Amino acid sequence: MTPHFLTRTLDRSATVFLLIVAAVGILIPLSNLLLPADSPLQVPTYLMALFGKYVCYAILALSIDLIWGYCGILSLGHGAFFALGGYAMGMYLMRQIGSRGVYGNPILPDFMVFLNYKALPWYWYGFDMFWFAAAMVLIAPGILAFVFGWLTFRSRVSGVYLSIITQAMTYALLLAFFRNDFGFGGNNGLTDFKDILGFNVQADGTRAALFALSCLALIIGFLVCRAIVTSKLGKVLIAIRDAESRTRFLGYRVESYKLFVFTLSACMAGVAGALYVPQVGIINPGEFAPANSIEAVIWVAVGGRGTLVGAALGAVVVNYAKTVFTSGALAPYWLFMLGALFILVTLLLPKGIIGTFNAWMEGRKARNTANADSAAAEDGVTKPHLAEKA
Amino acid sequence: MTDLLYRFRAIALAFLLIVATAIPAFAGPFEDAVAKFANDDFSDSDEAVGIIATSGNPQAFAVITALQEGRLSADPDSKKVYLTGTDGKVTDAATGEAVAEVPASAAAVRLNNRLRRNIESALGGLTLMSPDPAKRIASAQSVFKSHETAMLPVIEAALEKETNKSAKQAFTEARAAILLYKEDATEAEKIESIAIIKGRGDQDALALLTSLPADQTVGVARSAASAVTAINSRQTLWSIGQNAWYGLSLGSVLLLAAIGLAITFGVMGVINMAHGEMVMIGAYVTFVVQDVIRTSYPGLFDYSLLMAVPLAFIVAGLLGIVIERTIIRFLYGRPLETLLATWGLSLVLQQAVRTMFGPTNREVGNPSWMSGAFELGQLTITYNRLWILCFTLAVFAILLAMLRYTSIGLEMRAVTQNRRMAASMGIATSRVDALTFGLGSGIAGIAGVALSQIDNVSPNLGQSYIIDSFMVVVFGGVGNLWGTLVGAFSLGIANKFLEPVAGAVLGKIAILVLIILFIQKRPRGLFALKGRAIEA
Repeated sequence: MTPHFLTRTLDRSATVFLLIVAAVGILIPLSNLLLPADSPLQVPTYLMALFGKYVCYAILALSIDLIWGYCGILSLGHGAFFALGGYAMGMYLMRQIGSRGVYGNPILPDFMVFLNYKALPWYWYGFDMFWFAAAMVLIAPGILAFVFGWLTFRSRVSGVYLSIITQAMTYALLLAFFRNDFGFGGNNGLTDFKDILGFNVQADGTRAALFALSCLALIIGFLVCRAIVTSKLGKVLIAIRDAESRTRFLGYRVESYKLFVFTLSACMAGVAGALYVPQVGIINPGEFAPANSIEAVIWVAVGGRGTLVGAALGAVVVNYAKTVFTSGALAPYWLFMLGALFILVTLLLPKGIIGTFNAWMEGRKARNTANADSAAAEDGVTKPHLAEKA
Repeated sequence: MTDLLYRFRAIALAFLLIVATAIPAFAGPFEDAVAKFANDDFSDSDEAVGIIATSGNPQAFAVITALQEGRLSADPDSKKVYLTGTDGKVTDAATGEAVAEVPASAAAVRLNNRLRRNIESALGGLTLMSPDPAKRIASAQSVFKSHETAMLPVIEAALEKETNKSAKQAFTEARAAILLYKEDATEAEKIESIAIIKGRGDQDALALLTSLPADQTVGVARSAASAVTAINSRQTLWSIGQNAWYGLSLGSVLLLAAIGLAITFGVMGVINMAHGEMVMIGAYVTFVVQDVIRTSYPGLFDYSLLMAVPLAFIVAGLLGIVIERTIIRFLYGRPLETLLATWGLSLVLQQAVRTMFGPTNREVGNPSWMSGAFELGQLTITYNRLWILCFTLAVFAILLAMLRYTSIGLEMRAVTQNRRMAASMGIATSRVDALTFGLGSGIAGIAGVALSQIDNVSPNLGQSYIIDSFMVVVFGGVGNLWGTLVGAFSLGIANKFLEPVAGAVLGKIAILVLIILFIQKRPRGLFALKGRAIEA
């Protein structure tokens, strides 16, 4: 597996991937908006929203693959960063409702009126401005990841310990956001959104734009990840993944690398969450559930960890399967299938779809070259051998 | 206005009570009073209620309750009064003799509002004189809380006659409460009362002392303040004790859930996310055992847990061995993959149980020896929590002894410390792996039996314990059972002491933050393994 070969293959698959995402991001919104509703090629709005959800999941999967596939950090709490980004966007959308809420309060969102809040809590200030909310989408998960990572990586908490602690982190946030007095709508979360940047969130045009933006975010996220993993920084990350102690002894500050990539990954997850919320129309504490975070990890495992393309592919494939199975007669069996997926992928397909495909391609190439080599070598080797014998 | 009326009535009643108790030789006042109901006159009835209430006659309570509930009827001609019991039997109210039926000429004794009110306060006074000491104590308690000045003579009269020790104490306290609030009581009386109330030392005593009106003499105010401080500090001690008990109880639950994990994770280094589901399966084994007993051998119900424990151990243990042989064995050395695979397994097991037993909670009962509670000072200790604590410690001790003194324990420790060396000494390491995993799972199953007694038995039972148990193992240090013990109890106690201060959720979050900070100092937990094992 020469690096040169690896880079070239990934380059090709990366290009294909980017082209597909760009095509989807342009064609689906266009078909939704321009084609007449009875056209067979017209993508209905509900489907576009569904695909939009998958694209957001793909960004989340990408962020997990960046740290797990390339740096060996298995975070079981990435759903927390996703949800935090979602809440930041949800807070902006709540403030946009203004006096159109059920209680008609121009400042306080409905749930605060309902819960007898007298004034807006301080941490809700500023969310009436889009730029502030957009910044918080990156900053809130970023800060949490930075503080969390700083505490854990510095004390060299790694491997399964880190996984368990991240899971506990998202669990703690789940409990916290379920509380009514936490100021984020408690059990019901934030919903009933009206408009975003002045456009109605329910309108087809807005949904199409959000879908296109999600695809754009996926492309940008992918390019950022690619840029990182193909750089020297990426090589250090891989070194940390494969032999952490050795990398440290070679003089690299392992915790700084980990912290950087972990924080970046959390910001990406936050963006995914922020794009997810207006398309789904609700954000509630359920998004913090540890099970969600682990499910996101299995998307990456199915697609193939350490391949980036595989992560996005896995997210779409698994979620599509989930949509198909949970809406049909097979719904009671979905958890059996999901569980079996976890077991079978780790046991039988440890490299995931893309990884296995790559290995197969590589094997075929290697066999071809080996055949050629051995054909060439046979001449070179057998002759002295024969000569010796003779 | 109503208050004045009430006081007047109470005083009148007290007066009547004293008169009644002072002249016990008065011939048949009870019978005469009962006959008054037949006059069909409200003021006569009112008088009758007062006399009956103070008569000390065993029938008094029944007659007045019957009057209140309209079960008393009177014949104006024969002046006889009949009482229809709640079971429909008719008696002569005055004598208590059975009567065939109420004559047609009798009509129910009528009531008006004033009479109803008097009946109520008469009933209150009656219970002070009740032949049942528990009832006397209860009504003394209510006097203690209301400290109605008018009740003073009644209480004093009752105190004089009282022979039961705890009832006497209750009356003394009630008297002290009245005296403390009585405006014309002397300072010495008040200070003495404060001493008595301080001796009681509970929340009610505290409420009584703190709500004392401000216009007290200096001496009274000072001794009240010092009594409040004394009660407060005693209360703090008791609440510390109560929290410590709750903490121990939570700690035992955590320990029970975490011991099995300490073996699979700590000894084998395998992350078993399906550990919680083994606990859940143990709880369902208990349910099945109880179900069979309930339908076939109801007499054996008290022994259901004793039967469930070995069964749960066997079922969960065998399942654990099967899991180890079919899944975990292929993933040694890849902890993150093990984590994912066992998570998938937990989903499958949960869904399987949900399909078999339904998604709702199944009812698992407490055997008689595990229900109820007893009081220890101001602590309330429930038997099931106490038994779980004992059971947990027993399981822990047995496990420790097993690892220490049996040959399989020796092999387990050998494999943990140096797998290759153990293998070259002739230990079948893969067999030991399977048995160790089975042991950990079996203990989880036992934990399920215990947890079924205090938690809802549902397919999600295991989920709620898994994160906490991992915290315990991480905190206590991997590969050391003592660490798990200390970790479980310190987390349990810390949790319960934080809860009243920060609330349950914030307390939990605080614990989590503390663990993360703690790991800064001791990355390998409280009791870390030393030497080469840490590199594994």
